[in-house]
Amino acid sequence: MVRKFALLLTGVLAALLVAGCPPPPATQNPSPPPGPGLSGTLVLGHFASLTGNTAMFGESTDKGVKLAAEEISSGNLKVTVHTLDDASQQQQVPLIVNRLISQYSVHALVGEVASSRSIAAAPIADSRQVPMVSPSSTNPDVTVDPRTGKTRPYVFRVCFTDPFQGAVIARFVREHLKLSRAALLVDAKNAYSVGLGKGFRDHFTRPTLTNVGPQYFNDCYFSNHFSPEETRPGVREFVEAYRRKYGEAPNGLAALGYDAVKILADAARRAGSFDRKALRDALENTRGYPGVTGQISIDEQHNAVKSAVIVRVDTSSGATSFPLVTTIAP
Amino acid sequence: MRLVRRLIGGLILLAVLFAINGWGTAMQQAVNSRPDLQSIAFYRQFSIWWPVVLETGRWITLAVSLNLINGLAGQFSLGHAAFAAIGGYAAGAITVFLGPRLCGDATLAAPGAYPPGWNLLFAASLIAGGMVASAVGFLVGLPSLRLRGDYLAIVTLGMGEVVRVVIEHIEPVGGSLGFNGIPLITNFFWVYLVAIATILAVRNIAQSTHGRALLAIREDEVAAEAMGVPLTRYKVLAFVIGSFFAGMAGGLYAHFQGSIQPQAAGFIESIQIVVIVVLGGSGSITGSVLAAIALTLFPEILRSVRPELEQYRMVLYALLLIVLMLVRPQGIFGGRELSLRGLLARVKR
Amino acid sequence: MQVFLQQLINGVALGAIYGLIALGYTMVYGVLRFINFAHGDIFMLGAYAGLFAAVILGVTQSASWGAVFPVILMAMAICAVVGMAIERFAYRKLRTAPRLNALITAIGVSLFLEYGGQLPPMIRIDGFDFPFGAQTKTFPTGILPPTQITTGTGLSLSAVQVLTFVVTLVLMVGLNAIVRRTRIGVAMRAVSADREAAALMGIPTDRVILFTFALGSALAAAAGVLYALDKPTIDPLMGLYVGLKAFVAAVLGGIGSIPGAMLGGFVLGLTETFVAGYLASSWRDAIAFGILILILIVRPTGILGSSVREKV
Repeated sequence: MVRKFALLLTGVLAALLVAGCPPPPATQNPSPPPGPGLSGTLVLGHFASLTGNTAMFGESTDKGVKLAAEEISSGNLKVTVHTLDDASQQQQVPLIVNRLISQYSVHALVGEVASSRSIAAAPIADSRQVPMVSPSSTNPDVTVDPRTGKTRPYVFRVCFTDPFQGAVIARFVREHLKLSRAALLVDAKNAYSVGLGKGFRDHFTRPTLTNVGPQYFNDCYFSNHFSPEETRPGVREFVEAYRRKYGEAPNGLAALGYDAVKILADAARRAGSFDRKALRDALENTRGYPGVTGQISIDEQHNAVKSAVIVRVDTSSGATSFPLVTTIAP
Repeated sequence: MRLVRRLIGGLILLAVLFAINGWGTAMQQAVNSRPDLQSIAFYRQFSIWWPVVLETGRWITLAVSLNLINGLAGQFSLGHAAFAAIGGYAAGAITVFLGPRLCGDATLAAPGAYPPGWNLLFAASLIAGGMVASAVGFLVGLPSLRLRGDYLAIVTLGMGEVVRVVIEHIEPVGGSLGFNGIPLITNFFWVYLVAIATILAVRNIAQSTHGRALLAIREDEVAAEAMGVPLTRYKVLAFVIGSFFAGMAGGLYAHFQGSIQPQAAGFIESIQIVVIVVLGGSGSITGSVLAAIALTLFPEILRSVRPELEQYRMVLYALLLIVLMLVRPQGIFGGRELSLRGLLARVKR
Repeated sequence: MQVFLQQLINGVALGAIYGLIALGYTMVYGVLRFINFAHGDIFMLGAYAGLFAAVILGVTQSASWGAVFPVILMAMAICAVVGMAIERFAYRKLRTAPRLNALITAIGVSLFLEYGGQLPPMIRIDGFDFPFGAQTKTFPTGILPPTQITTGTGLSLSAVQVLTFVVTLVLMVGLNAIVRRTRIGVAMRAVSADREAAALMGIPTDRVILFTFALGSALAAAAGVLYALDKPTIDPLMGLYVGLKAFVAAVLGGIGSIPGAMLGGFVLGLTETFVAGYLASSWRDAIAFGILILILIVRPTGILGSSVREKV
């Protein structure tokens, strides 16, 4: 009985390995600087949570990333994305980031959604000198080392940070809703919520803090990176292309994933090469890039300076919708 | 005479670890600073697999230390990752808060290649981490006296989650965001020194009279007590020692990743250690070591050839557990050990 | 005072959910002396089964009281079958094995349901994916009318909460009737008391155990639908914490005791709601485990449990 089991197991293992033994994915040396009108293949590594408890975020981001890669590749410049799953576990991040860099020889990394996992990846990006662009991690510590206060040389993000978002909400409440008292609802278990709450508190002049239950959600607004209803050029095309490919409207995460890849391609074009250091420098010099999540400029702390949207929760018709209210610029 | 032999053996071991470490770290630094080396297959494979080697050592430590509690003493603990997390946070706190003051600036140090002063602090922090984890192990061991198998399992599971929630509330170490900026001092030497120490410690306990007492407790508590085995002392001993080594593993992890999060204390992490122990065979140290190697290497090999299968990893673990329990519940080694003498005897036959 | 009463209502509603799930734990423990670790995931499957039922019955926007009952019944039926399948294929062979092995198997089943559920969808019926995929799904709250009963003092009772109370009451009464007044109920109690003796008396223990699993799973499924109507975001991992807390409730009330399970459920639900409401909601998860540890130290048999003498 035991032997049969052992044989079976070995057989399965062998079959898997043999079946999976095509030559390892075409790895490339960092490409030589291509000529004018950049051509060649930009290789990107996306590390995301495709399974586990934040799987939905990783999946959405990956969809945006893949759409962007497809769109860019229809031109001279090709973009290949290798996505590895970290199963929503910080433990997996160093292993898969290393693998993306070593096995797939990526020119740059895209990831992650969760700030804690981006922070886990950041030291590797720096020590192996591979530019990393986080699509939606909002905690300041991702791009700025909290111990030294210095900006991490190879880590960037295309979204705004928690303090900024908190300030945006505060401004909205003060200026648009014209209210002066606020109850702060914070999920202490969720680092994102805590960071956001702090940002709000820091910018709101007279906060009154109360513990409130969820049944008081009547006229609710929230801030986001993106709304499909925005009227900026490029947004509608993006929404339509996304719908065509995936059959649903894109959310903020997908839009940010999309922008992350597009900004990297743009940086490659500006740098005129795929060299990692050149990419890094080009990223640092990103000014006014027209992304679907806003006009993006990268500041000295490698964070994106752009506007935020305010969206309202509308449950009046029985189904929940999120009509756009306004956009707040930095 | 035996003492001298042991000492020499120990020194040789240290030298070997040191040598391998030196080589490995130098290679890693080379690959980091010279991207052109990537095109040479050997360097490329090295940079993929070297971190896996380090990971394996950590899992060996975790599995063997859990085996002491689950396998040898028969106390089913589902919260082992919590001890590791506690150790990680404690060790990290020491290097982060005391390091710059005691050992000077280290921002230019390469991962795994910190100055000797830092390494000493690191060793101390690992031990301290282990001790803090032990203290918690002691507290868990106390109520565990009264609980049987499945209840104890659920309680330890709950304890793991409570630890996670508590850590989320401790602001000075980052709260729910996690503790960042931990210096990357972990390297091959430390990982395998701790792993070997764990194996030796657990093996020595297992082969001593204390080990017999633990086995007696595992087989039949009432009978053991009737024979005069002090249940209290031994159960708590198992927890304390097991959690000590887990704490050290946690410290190694924190300094490998440069950060540690409260989720590291959670159930999912603990379960992975349990799977290794169950696969290898509860009570078999060799089993734990080999299973740890297998279950760390196999997913990585799979990732090399078929990365899209990654999403099936947990599902496969689940099926593995179910099938194992139906077909071979004693695991691969089933409580037996592989020993040099035994192998030689087999060969002679 | 008003906040207190509101929290009371919330606590009882939550407690009802915990109680329904706890019943499954307790009944299985009663007949098998085994903690079905995967039971929380049956709860999760119940929510998805309810979604499935709503989709193929076409009642997702019906806003009527009548529509919700077929959904619940269908979910209960589906999960009863799943529960029986799990017993038959995963647990049956382990009845004579050491309990730890069975626990490990149960953990395996639980992980299988959770992570298997997250796999990318292979079949799609009317927009319902199977496996569910990692994205959260929204449970159609439109099945129920959006009634909100508001008293003069400002207390509000949502349609879901009313439904929860009604359904739980009906199920409790029903379960009681089954256990006390039917032959299968007597058989269940006999198997709980002494499985071997029951077998010797001619009771088909395998079938009784299957029935117990079916019953427990059906109750968990009902809880799943009720929970999803209230908190409509469902995902394959939702059963983990709720299931663990329901287990605590079962232990609190005295594992093996059916009234204990409901009692434990209400006590836990109320405690959790009040602590989260008045103290700090961030400690919510820790409360249940804190209670568990306390109970197991102070009174391991639970509130209504009886101590079992261990024969040597």
